[in-house]
Amino acid sequence: MIRLGVPSKGRLMEQCFDWFAARGVTLSRAGSDREYAGRVDGADNVALVLLSAGEIPRELMAGRIHLGVTGTDLIREKLAGWRSHVEELAPMGFGHADLILAVPACWSDCETLDDFATIARDFRAEHGFRLRIATKYHRLVRAWLSAEEVADYQLVDSQGATEGTVANLTAEAIADITSSGETLRANHLKIIGEEPILRSQATLLRSRAAGDEAEVRDFAARLGL
Amino acid sequence: MSKREKQAIGQQILAAFRAAGAEEVAPDLLLPAETLLDLYGEDIRARAYVTQDPIRGEMMLRPDFTVPVVQMHMANGAEPARYCYLGEVFRKQDHGETRPEHPRDNEYLQAGFELFARDPEADAEVFALFHHILAPLRLQASMGDMDLLMDAVRALPLSGARRAALLHHIWRPHRFAKALARFAAPAEPREFPESAAPWTGLRSPAEMQARIDRLRSDAAEAPLPPQWVERLERLFAIEAPAPEALRQLRALAAEIPDIAEAVDRLERNLAALSARGIDVGAIHFDASHGRHTMEYYDGMTFSFAAAGRADWPPVASGGRYDALAAVLGQAQGRSIPAVGGIIRPGLVHELGGIG
Repeated sequence: MIRLGVPSKGRLMEQCFDWFAARGVTLSRAGSDREYAGRVDGADNVALVLLSAGEIPRELMAGRIHLGVTGTDLIREKLAGWRSHVEELAPMGFGHADLILAVPACWSDCETLDDFATIARDFRAEHGFRLRIATKYHRLVRAWLSAEEVADYQLVDSQGATEGTVANLTAEAIADITSSGETLRANHLKIIGEEPILRSQATLLRSRAAGDEAEVRDFAARLGL
Repeated sequence: MSKREKQAIGQQILAAFRAAGAEEVAPDLLLPAETLLDLYGEDIRARAYVTQDPIRGEMMLRPDFTVPVVQMHMANGAEPARYCYLGEVFRKQDHGETRPEHPRDNEYLQAGFELFARDPEADAEVFALFHHILAPLRLQASMGDMDLLMDAVRALPLSGARRAALLHHIWRPHRFAKALARFAAPAEPREFPESAAPWTGLRSPAEMQARIDRLRSDAAEAPLPPQWVERLERLFAIEAPAPEALRQLRALAAEIPDIAEAVDRLERNLAALSARGIDVGAIHFDASHGRHTMEYYDGMTFSFAAAGRADWPPVASGGRYDALAAVLGQAQGRSIPAVGGIIRPGLVHELGGIG
């Protein structure tokens, strides 16, 4: 039996159900919509597991599910050496979001990452501590800034309402996921740099640890992958 | 390989350090994270194990010995001073996209020696000590000198702001190259359209204005003449057996007179090494050696590597870190030149030991 892990809530779950339906496999919740058990019609060797999107990377790594749907951002942030644990089978064309670096919109001298690097250096000299970037994507942001050779900053953890940290004076910049940029604008922040840190979208992934590869590939073939 | 065997080799190295006049010290395994984070930045958070103490705050499993040994010295050491130590350091390996087949150890022994002295022979003393201890392993010794590079950058006909930017980025090759290229080209005029957004955040309008003023005056600066970029590139690329490198540096000093003093110092250092019985012709001098090491080295740097083990870290490495010692001594109002290094007993053991 192939265990397929899908986000248990909201728009992401619905889009996911639509994506599979368009490929001849009907996913639905069993019983009431408060119950996290699922039904699969159109494939008799597949069981549906409804999970929080944030837990799907871990479940894939552990091999407790064979297939899972989650964002590229979560896979790369949560699984060190992710390619050794999962195989990306298909980008699914929804759940688009960019991981970006944003600074106060009033910083008219900050357009590029080079500007940011210099401002961080000045800030540290002026304030005696490193410029703070609020984020929950610690590994992705750190790896990106390290590759771009930006120093003189520190990451501060923010698990929610990250855009508010600048006005609250607990950070000078933020790195977060955005799709429309509206929350950023509402909090008087602007994105810097031409390319985001990461372009993310919902992706169907195969667990390497779960095994049963032939069965999983058959199912993927039925989905047209 | 058993821990006991590695410990035994560590003890041998420690005995050699003690015979060279060092006092053995035993810094804590758990260190306050704040100082280390402030010195090394986020890079250390990616590599060090950080944990939380309800009273002491964020603590770090010892990622290296240098900081605690310097702090210990600044708190109560007489000068000159020689210290040695043996113990575990802890480093996380955050592999990128693919898990390596043979992950590196995340816990390994280091045996180290640190010298705090105003003696001009201090560099030679430390290098020679490591050289003698490791001689049976026939390792490739490499040496660099950050002082040379920094003196060359200070010699560039640039404004103070531009020079400071280059010096700041000397350990970050791409950012350095980018800044140098920008200074060598005519400055592009730039507008700073005032934003309609209200001011937010801790950085003040005055701080922004100061940077804008600096950028505006920078735009009026003449480009750095191309021969200076080329001289700098030639200096950074010097890589040869030490005596040959010295000849090349001497020739380059005719064009960059400000490095003459550092070249003299290197010459004296090599002469002191010869006097200590070392074949300096076998030392590989790489002018950029220190640019690939930890940011805190600001003078001589060295490493000893095993031939044919390209995937290994150096068996031993070290260098001069006067600026780091000055930063850590600030609280006590103390400053003393410092030079030191570490040997990895685990790698020495894999190479058959030092007899």
